[in-house]
Amino acid sequence: MATERTFILTAIEPVAAATWRLQLSGDTSGLRCAGQFVMVSVPEFYLRRPVSVCDCEPGLLTLIVKVMGEGTAALCALRPGREISLLCGLGNGFDLSACPKGKEAMIIGGGVGVAPLLLLCKQLREADRHVTAVLGFNTKEDIFLEKELEAAGADVIVATADGSAGCQGFVTDAIRMCVLKSDYFYACGPRPMLKALCTQLRQDGEVSTEERMGCGAGICYGCTCQTTSGPKRTCKEGPVFKKEELVW
Amino acid sequence: MVDLSVNLGDIRLDNPVIPASGTCGFGLELAEWYDINMLGAISLKGTTRDPRFGNALPRIAECPSGLINSVGLENPGIDKLLSEKIPALRAIYHKPIIANISGFSVEDFAFCAEKAESCPDIDILEVNISCPNVHGGGMALGTDPEVAAAVTRAVKQVSSKPVFVKLTPNVTDIVTIARACEAAGADGLTVINTLLGMRIDIRTRKPVVAAGTGGFSGPAIFPIAVRAVYQVAHACRIPVMGCGGISTAEEVIEMLMAGAAAVQVGSASLVNPLACKEIIEQLPVVMERLGLKDLKQLKLN
Ligand SMILES: Cc1cc2nc3c(=O)[nH]c(=O)nc-3n(C[C@H](O)[C@H](O)[C@H](O)COP(=O)(O)OP(=O)(O)OC[C@H]3O[C@@H](n4cnc5c(N)ncnc54)[C@H](O)[C@@H]3O)c2cc1C
Ligand SMILES: Cc1cc2nc3c(=O)[nH]c(=O)nc-3n(C[C@H](O)[C@H](O)[C@H](O)COP(=O)(O)O)c2cc1C
Ligand code: FES
Repeated sequence: MATERTFILTAIEPVAAATWRLQLSGDTSGLRCAGQFVMVSVPEFYLRRPVSVCDCEPGLLTLIVKVMGEGTAALCALRPGREISLLCGLGNGFDLSACPKGKEAMIIGGGVGVAPLLLLCKQLREADRHVTAVLGFNTKEDIFLEKELEAAGADVIVATADGSAGCQGFVTDAIRMCVLKSDYFYACGPRPMLKALCTQLRQDGEVSTEERMGCGAGICYGCTCQTTSGPKRTCKEGPVFKKEELVW
Repeated sequence: MVDLSVNLGDIRLDNPVIPASGTCGFGLELAEWYDINMLGAISLKGTTRDPRFGNALPRIAECPSGLINSVGLENPGIDKLLSEKIPALRAIYHKPIIANISGFSVEDFAFCAEKAESCPDIDILEVNISCPNVHGGGMALGTDPEVAAAVTRAVKQVSSKPVFVKLTPNVTDIVTIARACEAAGADGLTVINTLLGMRIDIRTRKPVVAAGTGGFSGPAIFPIAVRAVYQVAHACRIPVMGCGGISTAEEVIEMLMAGAAAVQVGSASLVNPLACKEIIEQLPVVMERLGLKDLKQLKLN
């Protein structure tokens, strides 16, 4: 059930270049599964900002925010103790059952799109799936969540576009070079990356997409995208879509 | 105890708060957040003769105290509205339903109004001649008093329901259009729709919304809406639903004092889906504070 809740910012720390980890305490009962997002109210800005759930345990929510414009800059400048209103439990989230038990899942993130992979990894491991995480960044300074994903039980491969850490190239290059195999993939990141994955990987999979949003709550129809099964709201029927649903 | 009820022509509303068209879907979208039976009424998403996908993305641009939308009347068409959307809403909702219809010609409006006539669950028809998001139609029909009157007449001819014409503020003199609609038989007016607006991304040097321009709404337009409602309500005898920028109970009362019989709340629900609920809960508190016993005939001194 989607709900509006007030959280308290308990900690905020940098995790990579212009990228911050926000820890919030509050009622997390509205958050159902990995791949869902929250709409964050930012002081002085009219519209809320969509941010993926990075990690969540009862009473504690972790978000990772990259400064992209004025709203995210204002959000990352907030100090601990601050109250923040969130719309919780938005979007469909990843479908864990799509990767059968005992099978191998590959979770792939590009840039700040790595954020939702942590909770996804934890939930997949809990459900007994083997997890390989492939993380793509532009450069070494952008890398985050590598250690946390390892600690959560994933085999982690990092790729950087400039070769300053891990394999050089994009996540698709890393998957080819390391001859990574899996039965099902989950991905979140920039559109060109998602397109490359959906058109190049032979196994089934699903990806989390991004669109500008008005409400994030399924009310305004500001985020409707065309899919093979008709128009769908990114914030409601999405943001996660099956590979075959997307129109590139 | 204060009395929140108001009269919209012959229809009594338990309170004056109505979610505005396009900001509450077809009702069920909002019902996920609270029991919508607490609303005065509900105005459904704009519907056209044929199904429409709407405009390309992005459709939303943020502005200081507001937003621009270019949704472009995405909707499943009048047939689906009547066969699926309204029955689904009626199953959980017993307050008045306002169907909002739109089109590209006088005939389109008459077509939708005639279809709507067969649906007893529609209590009010809202005729949107003010959508800035579609070309050749939409707002173009609402900026010329003769065309506005022609649409009103065509709808009235086929409809026995109360017809409220929704006016655009993108005109030199809104009163001229309002009077033309009243003379053509409108039972009421909704004032106002969005203002035509535009934002440019200075990094990409492109308009933020793919359609280039869109409708500007939110708290920033509240003073314009109050002025327009004041002018129209004092020039016409038919009831006015006041709309534009409302997000608090105080603003509801201000809009009623400007001459509105009821109000519509739009963008506020996008930022806070519980906005209408919270406004309705706050109304008695504000009324007590102001010493108001009821909301009918609030006049300026
Ligand atoms: C489902 C979803 C999950 C997301 N998860 C995360 C996350 O976990 N961490 C993170 O750092 N970012 C995430 N984003 C992207 C983030 O929402 C944008 O970077 C942010 O809204 C930009 O706001 P701004 O004010 O800094 O930028 P501006 O460009 O100044 O924003 C102007 C307007 O455009 C919107 N906008 C701009 N860029 C985007 C974008 N890429 N996607 C959607 N709306 C945008 C803003 O919300 C705002 O309404 C997510 C986006 C979506 C749709
Ligand atoms: C996303 C969005 C969609 C809208 N769609 C419609 C519509 O389909 N028909 C209509 O008559 N008005 C539509 N409107 C206009 C609103 O009903 C309202 O007149 C306007 O937004 C001003 O009120 P506000 O400032 O409270 O939002 C839309 C507004 C928004 C923000
Ligand atoms: S952002 Fe409003 S419906 Fe998706």
